[in-house]
Amino acid sequence: MSKQINVALIGNPNTGKTSVFNALTGLNQKVGNYPGITVEKKEGICKLPRGVKAHIIDLPGTYSLNASSLDENVVIELLLNKKDKDFPDIAVVVSDVENLKRNLLLFTQIKDLEIPTVLVINMADRMRYKGISLDIEYLEKHLQTKIALISTRKNEGINDLKQLISNYKDISIAPCINASEIDTEYFDSLRKAFPNQLIYKLWLVITQDVNFGKTDRNEIDAISSFKTKSESELKRLQQKETIKRYQFINNVLKKGQTIDASQAKDLRSKLDRVLTHKVWGYLIFFVILLTIFQAIYDWSSIPMDFIDSVFASLSEWAKTQLPKGAFTNLLAEGIIPGLGGIVIFIPQIAFLFLFISVLEESGYMSRVVFLMDRIMRRFGLSGKSIVPLISGTACAIPAIMATRNIESWKERLITILVTPFTTCSARLPVYLIIIALVIPEGRFLGLGYQALTLMLLYLIGFGTAVFSAYILNKILKIKSKSFFVVEMPNYKLPLFKNVGLTVVEKTKAFVFGAGKIILAISIVLWFLASYGPGENFNNAENIVKAEDASQNLNEEELQQKIASHKLEHSFIGLTGRAIEPAIRPLGYDWKIGIAIVSSFAAREVFVGTLATIYSVGSDEEETIKNRMAGEINPVLGGPLFNFASGISLLLFYAFAMQCMSTLAIVKKETNSWKWPTLQLVIMSAFAYIVALIAFQLLK
Amino acid sequence: MQDNLANLKRGEHGIITDVSSIHIPLKLLEMGCLPGNPVQLLQVAPFADPMYLNINGTHLAIRKETAIHILIDKIAHE
Repeated sequence: MSKQINVALIGNPNTGKTSVFNALTGLNQKVGNYPGITVEKKEGICKLPRGVKAHIIDLPGTYSLNASSLDENVVIELLLNKKDKDFPDIAVVVSDVENLKRNLLLFTQIKDLEIPTVLVINMADRMRYKGISLDIEYLEKHLQTKIALISTRKNEGINDLKQLISNYKDISIAPCINASEIDTEYFDSLRKAFPNQLIYKLWLVITQDVNFGKTDRNEIDAISSFKTKSESELKRLQQKETIKRYQFINNVLKKGQTIDASQAKDLRSKLDRVLTHKVWGYLIFFVILLTIFQAIYDWSSIPMDFIDSVFASLSEWAKTQLPKGAFTNLLAEGIIPGLGGIVIFIPQIAFLFLFISVLEESGYMSRVVFLMDRIMRRFGLSGKSIVPLISGTACAIPAIMATRNIESWKERLITILVTPFTTCSARLPVYLIIIALVIPEGRFLGLGYQALTLMLLYLIGFGTAVFSAYILNKILKIKSKSFFVVEMPNYKLPLFKNVGLTVVEKTKAFVFGAGKIILAISIVLWFLASYGPGENFNNAENIVKAEDASQNLNEEELQQKIASHKLEHSFIGLTGRAIEPAIRPLGYDWKIGIAIVSSFAAREVFVGTLATIYSVGSDEEETIKNRMAGEINPVLGGPLFNFASGISLLLFYAFAMQCMSTLAIVKKETNSWKWPTLQLVIMSAFAYIVALIAFQLLK
Repeated sequence: MQDNLANLKRGEHGIITDVSSIHIPLKLLEMGCLPGNPVQLLQVAPFADPMYLNINGTHLAIRKETAIHILIDKIAHE
């Protein structure tokens, strides 16, 4: 039996490391999480020559072995822990041919850990355009490694790499530099204290950022008592080490690499001149944004309508074809619509990820970050916050996951906390029906009042996000290293395979992650709406029949009345009545109350809940609308949905934190219940107060 | 002529002479922001912040508040 070889793919960000991973593993990969943290763990299987299999792990991109984020720390944790089941038999360092100098820094660090290491020089197809030529033999000799020159774009060199991996036992483990030279005395004393340990490993453990490190503590725990140097002294030594590494690299590259600048074609500077321009840059960004929104709404409407109708007929089918009973009802009224509620978002989510992944792969996103940083910083955000705030208009869940690359914890936390204010797609159906009810159809400057109201709601959402960021920035007392470094990668034509895999991965993560919660909530809601205590619920049919004996209702009307009576006395109906006193000052009745309560699972439930409550058989919007328009306010008289209560409701939905899945993801990303709880309480209280003021002023 | 990086004008070149290591994150040093390495200012956002640089072949953007801690020797003209 041949043993499975453990391979770790390591490299700087933007080197095409993931393309190499995709080329090696194809669809043979899975994405999970490292235990206890939300950092993605990508692993896959690759078949090597002679029937050997390699287990490949795609580690998060990092510039060095000195972690400055949770993602980067994963790399160090693995490389320092020989007992880890994923500890690599061979490390594959992926580098970009245009940036060899910087990429080699990480390479030399890994070599010094005495792990067999091969060097992949990726994007070899670009050498010609950049006038770069390499003396591979010379480089292999002086870096004491084997090199695979590959191009994932042209699919060249992958087999050479596989060959190198399968021969991992032949790779030298000699270190590149002698790190102890940066402070001989200190390193000698270290060596004396821990004679059995690799000296460079000790040094890495000592200098790891305490915020992340749990590195191998049991093995070299005594090391904490060995911190005889102050933090600034250590940092100076790290700087010395970095300089020393660059000296070594410069010497090797002086002979191993020649760059003929006259051969270089410079597409980058031409594009940058326009895309990062003080005027054109912003204009182009704005146009791209508009195009994306347009596309997300337009392109996804057809598949969304299709999914909607499929689930509706599926539900209908279950109701009519399956044997009657509680289980069929649960299936037809709880589970199928619940699943539909997840699946219906797939088109929008997929399109959104498609655009975001194209923007990222092409290198354009870094330019946006560059353009927006100064503006966002005034509000306590980072240029990097722009990505979540944009994607938040589709859905806050992937948006919050997109905050991970913000270095400063404070800026990242603020971004996470304010992102749910942006108008996500789940608010849209609520807005549309209420606007249709309470906003007149007139025009102002050629624009319809209704369209203007919708636009205003989007602006309110974005404005509140930015404004609350400003306030949070003032009151949050968090010390975090605030620095901002963003690499501006080369422009690249996105690889179809990479974009496709990203879209599939992220969409799957959404469906199964958030989907589980939405499904569970919809089942609970169904139970609460379908069962109730006491005579009033269980004997609804007889009660209604007795009441209406004189009215000569036809069968359909009678059934509606019964359903409505049942709902009123179901658990959820009783809840609605219980909270009615609290929401009456806002202009709502108990039915809207129920819709609001169920909306805390997910906002889009609002229209559906009202549809059920008003017991409209068909789900045509017009019918629900007419029903809603006919409702009478029990206290004040007049239509229940008038201008005052409508505005109050719109504002409530604009501000309230009504999304379980978002709360769940905030809990995961901040690793604490404190922040999602605060979000829930503060946003909802704010929504209540604003809605209250609006109704009391307008009524 | 000794100056700090924040005063570089668009298109100008310099050689890094000193970085104040308490104010500069290690990550930036690792990306090549070290004494002796060349730097060019490629583009600036409005109010000259952030700055889009080419340091030693690496293209990156940093904030002005970081750039003032990097000392350079300006190169007059190529």
